[in-house]
Amino acid sequence: MTSGRSALAAAKAIVGGDRRALARAISAVENGDPESGALVRALYPRTGRARVIGITGPLGVGKSSVINALVRHLRAVGSSVAIVAVDPSSPFSGGSVLGDRIRFERDATDAAVFFRSMASRGEEGGVAATTREVVRLLDAAGFDVVVVETVGSGQVDLAIREIASTSVVVLVPHLGDEVQTLKAGLFEIADVFCVNKSDLPGADLARKDLSELVGLGGQRDGWAPAIVLTSALSGTGIVELWGAVEAHERFLDRSGQRAAAQRRRIAHEIVGLVRERVGREVEDRLERDPELRRLLDEVAARRLDPRAAADRLFEAAGRRRRRP
Amino acid sequence: MPKSAKSSPIRVLIAKPGLDGHDRGAKVVARALRDAGMEVIYAGLRQTPEEIVRAAVEEDVDLIGLSILSGAHMALFPRVLALLKRGRATAIPVFAGGIIPDEDARRLRKLGVRAIFGPGTSLETIVSTARQLARGTA
Repeated sequence: MTSGRSALAAAKAIVGGDRRALARAISAVENGDPESGALVRALYPRTGRARVIGITGPLGVGKSSVINALVRHLRAVGSSVAIVAVDPSSPFSGGSVLGDRIRFERDATDAAVFFRSMASRGEEGGVAATTREVVRLLDAAGFDVVVVETVGSGQVDLAIREIASTSVVVLVPHLGDEVQTLKAGLFEIADVFCVNKSDLPGADLARKDLSELVGLGGQRDGWAPAIVLTSALSGTGIVELWGAVEAHERFLDRSGQRAAAQRRRIAHEIVGLVRERVGREVEDRLERDPELRRLLDEVAARRLDPRAAADRLFEAAGRRRRRP
Repeated sequence: MPKSAKSSPIRVLIAKPGLDGHDRGAKVVARALRDAGMEVIYAGLRQTPEEIVRAAVEEDVDLIGLSILSGAHMALFPRVLALLKRGRATAIPVFAGGIIPDEDARRLRKLGVRAIFGPGTSLETIVSTARQLARGTA
């Protein structure tokens, strides 16, 4: 991919089912290669068809195993599925060990499944900055379902709601008492709660705590999160779990909330992109313009406050943008 | 594909082909490559050559590292190389580690395994060789 024309060729290959082209395009998006913009643009009209499902929850609750079992079920009912599994990058070396693939078992010749590991690359919130665009590539490639597994960080994987239409929070018995369930964070993300490892004692208590939470006003916009007990190892509850996901998807259509949520996400995304550009512009301006750098001295000397300096920087960056 | 921009981390697949439960070496290497700033896709134990090549293509890796201590390397490695060829993915270099007799190592190198690390190899050697292979400078 070196020009707009080769981006079109790559887009065509991806739509035509070329998995190597898809894999390379994902790398291009992850790395922010200049050509990736043209590629995503070419594919964008073909997106919006896949069901995008988020799987989140603390470390070690069995997210990858639940996904493995879900994929088996989805293949049995004839759906194609792509998985994006995000693991953290080291803040020190930038490296990472992406280990979600280890739980993944499937027929190596089955072209209707695609698994991609992603490093978070310094992004907080449970996914990488480019995960949303990677999901679009998979959507355009024609997968019926795209599953996004977040970093197993716990309470703040909020970014998944910007990507997935249904978010499943995976928990296990004995994670904590009912006060934990009152805390903000994970529990506001869930459209479906999955209590995994439910063959262990305490699963019923976990279900009871969760259903009390839902009863205490855990409803959001008319949807009471479903609670499903699973054991990914044996496959128990997986059909019910997918049933709960589909019920939420139907609810989104029935209530008209799918369209509203989509508009909200698009607005967030576009504002985010503008914010990014303005930020870069201001940083750039600050770096190049010695006069503006003097603002820093002014603030350090307490002759100017940071907000006033920010106003001046913003105005300066705006002036430069308007110049032809 | 060698990557030029230093902003994009090297992606490497670490897998153990065949029936072999000894994964300590593979884990030590995975960790060293991670600490060197690489993104290591750890596929783990009992991978078939088909699964390994499939993973390498889907993950768009720059490099494949195979660890083996079962003695089945002369059956499994040539199969991985053949599948890479069939998948038009021979540009992805393969390196190996484990218990591999010198005679076999010579034959495997001829077949296309780019580097073979026996017991006692320093992690520095493995990391620097992996980096050179991935960047296409080896």
